[in-house]
This record gives sequence, C-alpha cells and structure tokens, in this order.
Amino acid sequence: MTTGKLPPLEFELPLANLNTQIEALERQLPNNPALEQEIFELHKQYDNLKRSIYGNLRAIDRLAIARHPQRPYTRDYLDRFDPDWIELHGDRHGVDDPAMVCGLLKLGDYRVLIVGTQKGRNIREKQLCNFGMPQPEGYRKALRCFKHAEKFNLPIVTLIDTPGAYPGMTAEEHNQAQAIAYNLFELANLKVPIISVILGEGGSGGALAIGLTNTILMLENSVYSVISPEGCASILWRQPTKVQEACESMKITAQENKDLGIIDDIIEEPLGGAHHNWNLIAKTTQNYIIKHLDKLNLENDIVEHRTRKFRKIGCFKD
Amino acid sequence: MDLKDWFANRKKNNETAQAKQILSTEEYCALWISCFQCRELLYTRDLRQNLQVCPKCHYHFRIGALDRIEHLSDANSFCETEANLISSDPLKFFDTLSYEDRLKEANQKSGLKEAIITGTCTIQGRPTCLAAMDFGYFGGSMGSVVGEKITRIIELALEQRLPLIIISSSGGARMQEGILSLMQLAKTSAALKKLHDSAILYISVLTEPTFGGVTASFAMLGDIIIAEPGARIGFAGRRVIEQTIRQKLPADFQTAEYLLKHGQIDMVIERAKLPQTIANLIDLHSLDCHQPKPKAIAKTPLKTH
Ligand SMILES: [Zn+2]
Repeated sequence: MTTGKLPPLEFELPLANLNTQIEALERQLPNNPALEQEIFELHKQYDNLKRSIYGNLRAIDRLAIARHPQRPYTRDYLDRFDPDWIELHGDRHGVDDPAMVCGLLKLGDYRVLIVGTQKGRNIREKQLCNFGMPQPEGYRKALRCFKHAEKFNLPIVTLIDTPGAYPGMTAEEHNQAQAIAYNLFELANLKVPIISVILGEGGSGGALAIGLTNTILMLENSVYSVISPEGCASILWRQPTKVQEACESMKITAQENKDLGIIDDIIEEPLGGAHHNWNLIAKTTQNYIIKHLDKLNLENDIVEHRTRKFRKIGCFKD
Repeated sequence: MDLKDWFANRKKNNETAQAKQILSTEEYCALWISCFQCRELLYTRDLRQNLQVCPKCHYHFRIGALDRIEHLSDANSFCETEANLISSDPLKFFDTLSYEDRLKEANQKSGLKEAIITGTCTIQGRPTCLAAMDFGYFGGSMGSVVGEKITRIIELALEQRLPLIIISSSGGARMQEGILSLMQLAKTSAALKKLHDSAILYISVLTEPTFGGVTASFAMLGDIIIAEPGARIGFAGRRVIEQTIRQKLPADFQTAEYLLKHGQIDMVIERAKLPQTIANLIDLHSLDCHQPKPKAIAKTPLKTH
C-alpha cells in the first residue's frame, strides 16, 4: 500500500506550505498564462528545498519519521515477504502476547523464522499490542520460537520496532528483567544465523531482547537508543522539552550507530520515509536480509561470530 | 590508593577518632546517624560494627564496594583485577554538565575509579572471583567499563574454574555512553552463557538498589539469586510505573521480600549471614566433592517356570 495524502511532519511544513502555494497558482494558470514562469521557478525552489530538508534531517526529525503513524509495521513486512506466512502463537505457559509476532515463511530461497515486535494501527490494535511494548511473556514466546528454529536449523530474522519494555506492575511481577536477560543469555548461543532489522524504534532492553544477533541492520530513519529520548531528557536535563538535545547527545540515528560499530548496514528508505512506499521498503529490506544471510552462510562458527561481535563493544582506557 | 592502604588507613582513622575528646558539630554529626527506617539515633561506630545494619529494626544501610569486599572476603585475601580500566567519553556526551566532568565528580565523591571493583579472594577459605558494585559512584550505572570488568571477571572465573559472586547495586545503564551501555547487557550475558555451559557456579547478590540494565542482564542470570532484606530490585522504576498505570503500587512492591514471594529470587539473606551462606552454597556445588556412587543392585534371575 502506498499511503494517500499524509499530514506533514513538523520539519516538512515549509515544503507543504510551498506546495500549497504552487497548487493555488496552478489552479489560476488557465486564466493567467503569465504565471507559468513563476510556477516553474517555484517548482525549482520546491525541489531544492526538498533535497535540502531530507538531506539534512536532524536526529529528532528521523525520530518523528520512525514513529510516523503510517510507517509499515512488522505484519506489513511479513505480508509482503511471503503472503503465505504461518503464524506461531503463545509462550506455552498461558499467554499469547500480540505485541510479539512470530512466523514461519519463505524469504527468497530461504526458509526462516521471523520474530518481531508489533505496534497497532488503530486504537483497538494499539491497546491490544500495548503500543509495541511486549510483556515478559512476549519475550518468552520469542525465545520459545528461537529454540524451534534452532531445532530445525532455520535462520532467524528479528524485526524491531518498540518503544521498549513496558513499565507495568504485572510486567514486573512476571519478572521482565529476567525475561530479557534470559533471552540475551540464550540468543548468545543459538546455533543458527540471526539477523535483526530495526524498522522504527529500537528502544532499550525491550529491543535488545530480540537484538543480540549476528548482523544488525537499521532502516535509514530508524533509531536505536539505550533509553527513549524523552526519558533521557527528563532524567538528565530534568526537562521533558529537551528531547532534541537528548537525541543529539545519545547518537541514536542509523549512521551514528554504524559509526560506533554497533550495526552492520543501513537500509535506504524512499525519500521522506518508509511510509511513502510500503512495497518498496519491504522489497529493499528483503533484499538486504537475503544478502546478509548469504554472507553469514560463509561463517563456519556462527556462535563464535556472534559472541565475538558483542565481546568487542565498549570504549575505555586500559 | 591501593586497596590494602585503604583498609589500613581507615583503621587508623577510626582509632584517632576514638582518641579525640572534644567534638565540633560536624564531627558530632559524623558520629551519629538517624536510622532511615525506625529513626533511632545510632552511633556510627556501632553501626559500622554491625555491618551498617540497624540493631533495632534491621534496616540494611547501603554499603560501598570496599566495605562489601572487606566484609565478604577473608582478611588480606582480596587481589584486585583490572584496577586501571577507566571510562573514556566516546560520545562526547554533554547534558547540563559534560560526561568528563561527571566522571571527575563521581571520583571525588566516592574515591573510586569506577562503579565496580573486581578481583579474586577467599570466602571462608574458598577461592572465588568476586565483583562488587558501588552505588556511590555514578549511581552504580553500567557503562563500558562496568560491562568490560564484569565480562573479564566472568572470563577469569571460567579460565580458573572458580565460583563467581557478583554483588549488584545499580540504577541501570549509563545514559552518557548511549547505545554502548545498552550493548554491555549483551556482552555480559553472552559471557555468562559460556560460564553456565561450563557448569561453574555463579551466585548473584542483589542489594539496595538494583534496577534497569543490570537487572535485565547479569544480575538476574545467577544460578542462585540472593537478595538483602529490604533491597529494592526491579526493571522499571516505581515512579515511572505509577505514572504509566496511574495507580499507587503496594508499599512493598519491588522489595526483596516481594520478589521472593513472586518466585523471582531464591532467598533473602541478612548481611551478617551472607559470607556463611555463600560458603555453604559453594560447598554444595563443589565439583571436587564426589557424590556417592549408585549402589549395585543385586540381580535376581527371572524365573521362567
Ligand atoms: Zn532502624
């Protein structure tokens, strides 16, 4: 689906205003041919402005794109990767968390397990998926499926789009810290290749719980951070309005994460963001995943490859 | 300052303090403290002798890494490892202060170089690898150095095949190192998986307070998990949860006792009994002690007629 007319994001306003101006002039054009030159100039101006805005996105602009209400979510990718994908449900201990989606499918020539966090599109879905924040049972459901994939030697792809773990009472009572920690513990030693893709928000421990993988890819406008920029602003600046400063300081963008050596590759999005063309971004993402699965196939010790990757991360003076 | 000097110095200071007769207000305040829980006025020297536990209500005051090591390990047995590992500022992070200034401040406040001390020692004669976190340094937060020191002590335990004890006390991941801090959860957990697969005992001790990224990694991965009485332990902070769910949480929410009731930890052990408990647990898991062999069962021939 290519979405229809979308309300502009804050940083897109100058572009939207210029567009309105052009449209108004174009309506007058049949009555006033002298406007042609002016419209031509404005179109040139529009293209320049577009290039300069999207070429210089700030971290906070990308955050807005990453959270765009029309951004494709995990299920939108699954439907496009393989319309015949088969969903697996439940943690086998009493709960099926809709915020964590697990499915078996064909991805090109590969048969894979995909596990991803899911946000909701409308109010009902949003509440059902708890705004993309899994419960501890969701992480345990993911792990149950990881083990299934390992048993049948299926590569695993995780799709990450979550604000983070859920700060709730039952989530604590059901030990979400342990659920996350235990996923890290087990992911470290799974005997199959694992690739993760940050689709939108890579929020803290909730993201990492399915993110300890051989290869980490990020969509161009996705973000990955240790705490939400809002959380960081209210703790360090004690002012929730300092979100932009928090975004800049924490280095949350795909390029910054690549420069820090955390992620392996960046998946380019349609101009303005993935929400402008779902089919295109799904196709591009699929191609990237397959390219990196091919690459991981050349590794003879996939566990060693994964643990070595994380063992090296850290910056200190020795 | 060397650890041994630190212990010696403190002993000397205690003695001179006792020798003094006339006290200034400051000195008077340093001598007396009101219990955070029962408000009883306590003489600091008595409190220290009682391992910073209120003699009246058993409130466990927070203690630093050095005191912790002194209490747990046999005298003069502790050998610090990776003492010179210190933080750099990879993100050039700046909030209201620069990260570099905050590191200096943390150092001046606590006298420590980082939020954790690691090393080898004996606990009641049993050789172990020991790591103790210190909330007094940067809220015990985990950045690259804490993650690396934890990982190295895990690797040492693996190499020497020694039981590992980690005493946690932390507000969580250190935001000033951004995503690098988050990745320390992955690094430490992956290292623990190797230790686990080699069947080496890891005892995790949770103390006031243990939260966030530390809970969501090595702290919750102990073969045995012990908590100190009253310690607050969780992933998300109480205030954040109350704001999210818009309701008041029970008073004992996220306390050690609450976690025990909800099946998250093995036991709550008071501070004075911790060394003996750890020693007993080590003995019960020792690979050197042989289990009795199964007794041969006498075969009775099967009667066919
Ligand atoms: Zn008391």
